[in-house]
Amino acid sequence: MSHSFDDISAQLKGRHRRTKRLKFMSMGALALAATFLVVFIGDMVMRGYPAFQQAELHVPVTYSEQSQEIPLAAVEEDVRDLVSRGWLRQLPRDMAADASLMGQTIDRWVIADDQVDQYLKGHKSHLKPKQTAVLDRMVENGTAELKFNINFFTTGDSKLPEYAGIWSAAMGTILTLLVTLAFAFPVGVLTAVYLEEFAPDNRFTQAIEININNLAAVPSILFGLLGLAIFINFFGMPRSSPLVGGLTLGLMTLPVIIITTRSALRSVPDTIRQAAFGVGCSRWQVVRDHVLPLSLPGILTGSIIGLAQAMGETAPLIIVGMVAFIPDAPTAITQAATVLPAQIFTWAGEPEQAYVERTAAGILVLLSVLILLNAAAVMLRKKFERRW
Amino acid sequence: MNSTVATPAKPAAATRPGSPVVINEDANHELAIRVEDLNLWYGEKQALKNINIDIFQKNVTALIGPSGCGKSTFLRCLNRMNDLIRSVRIEGLVEMDGRDVNARNMDEVALRRRVGMVFQKPNPFPKSIYDNIAYAPTMHDLVSRRADKDDLVESALRDAGLWEEVKDILDQPGTSLSGGQQQRLCIARAIAVKPDVILMDEPTSALDPISTATIEDLMDKLKTQFSIVTVTHNMQQAARVADYTAFFHMGELVEYNDTKTMFSNPNTKKAEDYITGRYG
Repeated sequence: MSHSFDDISAQLKGRHRRTKRLKFMSMGALALAATFLVVFIGDMVMRGYPAFQQAELHVPVTYSEQSQEIPLAAVEEDVRDLVSRGWLRQLPRDMAADASLMGQTIDRWVIADDQVDQYLKGHKSHLKPKQTAVLDRMVENGTAELKFNINFFTTGDSKLPEYAGIWSAAMGTILTLLVTLAFAFPVGVLTAVYLEEFAPDNRFTQAIEININNLAAVPSILFGLLGLAIFINFFGMPRSSPLVGGLTLGLMTLPVIIITTRSALRSVPDTIRQAAFGVGCSRWQVVRDHVLPLSLPGILTGSIIGLAQAMGETAPLIIVGMVAFIPDAPTAITQAATVLPAQIFTWAGEPEQAYVERTAAGILVLLSVLILLNAAAVMLRKKFERRW
Repeated sequence: MNSTVATPAKPAAATRPGSPVVINEDANHELAIRVEDLNLWYGEKQALKNINIDIFQKNVTALIGPSGCGKSTFLRCLNRMNDLIRSVRIEGLVEMDGRDVNARNMDEVALRRRVGMVFQKPNPFPKSIYDNIAYAPTMHDLVSRRADKDDLVESALRDAGLWEEVKDILDQPGTSLSGGQQQRLCIARAIAVKPDVILMDEPTSALDPISTATIEDLMDKLKTQFSIVTVTHNMQQAARVADYTAFFHMGELVEYNDTKTMFSNPNTKKAEDYITGRYG
């Protein structure tokens, strides 16, 4: 006894309603996540973009023997507290480098103190009324302006916020990631190739696979303790260096690279291997000439994503000491260094108001690099994608 | 049950295990591969039982039988492709050129240079057509200069009947060809290393009738240079191309005979039932 279309449709109404509800719930979840993302990025941008500006004052600077001894004497009295102490400290060095400066008085743009900077940006500052009056006059004259903050991108950390920049942290991150890559990529890929193509399928290799999967889920701070115990205490490597930091992050990234490489190798169809064996390739030739080239997009994507994750790790690097105060950018992997997330962490703990915007700006820089790395991963994948 | 039959219907040459019941006197019957008492297990399950067969040179030998009877497994024994499967155990002798193929001192890579294989589903390398052919000879140090490689590629493609169709597109990927062309490319790839034996595992089952006919003509042409052993589900194909036919059933070699005799006057009841279509 069959039912008419109307009978069936009546029963279906409830099911269609439930389907619609599920659809709206999932769209709602997506919208919620997107909202959080937009709010977060918007907040960071609002907080951080002032860091890309730095107040400067256009004042006459007197280069004389007196100012060489006491740099404070080089500028007029009313702006002495407004000019950056760091800039004044450089004066003797500038004069030693350029003898022609002696005896001249030059009108030039000078980096302002961080309190001036905060006042001009509209935040609360510790300036006294007399100083703010001077400043207001200078703003009207056009001798006090917010210019592009080149120091943020060229200098390292500093006790003076106006001279604090992320360059040393950026160099530290680059060196650390290079060490991580140099260690984790070859070891990870070769391990995965061995496990996938050469190892026999027995209890032992299955145990290894389980353990590697578990290692990928271990909290990263434990790798920091591992790095401390092995690299610093046992091998005696320099503390706080990109070498130790890179090796620690490398250990952390190794399971991720192994897992993604194995999955990329598995995705190569077996018919290719059989064809290669059929024409008389040895097992290593099958892997090198046929399997690896085809699995390269997957391997690269996985490695870049693993690297991007490593880049954002702070906890293990804190344990191995990379959260020190680093004013100069490191030039070798054995020198003390810090990394972007650690620098952000340090600045977030500083009391001066000016560091708030620099923290947010540091976050923006870190996010941009992460986005770039992920975009590179997507692009590489598309480029090497092949049909078979 | 071994291959020699209890009561041959007609007088045959003195048969030893492995030789066909009726030998075609005009055809070449030097041995290419000799198989003696071959047994194979997948784990606990025995897939090949006491196979005895002589494969002759420069002939087409067809292996027929219902699904699951062990023909493909047997074919893979001839070039040790079963080594790639983990739970396989082999006992018995597979002999080529007087040497045991499964012995410890036999390099399976060397074996696969002399015994090539064409698979059921065409599987050209994801390289250009040129590189598909040139890859293996280069790897085996058969050619090194560019000019020699060009000649080798051209002659392999001509022998496979593919040259005219691809001579202008040698740079294109092998996977861009049609199914029949891909299979001929795989055949060209196999003959480029100049093997002695070519194994073909149901080479035309994934192809349309016209490509199938082309490849069957090819087999006829190639047998002047190579010994061909082909597994086929298609009895009519075996009747068309093969000189000798071996009938497998449930892991045993039931009958091995000259093709004409196999299809007109088979010796065993099982073979007769299969050929007349009573089961399959």
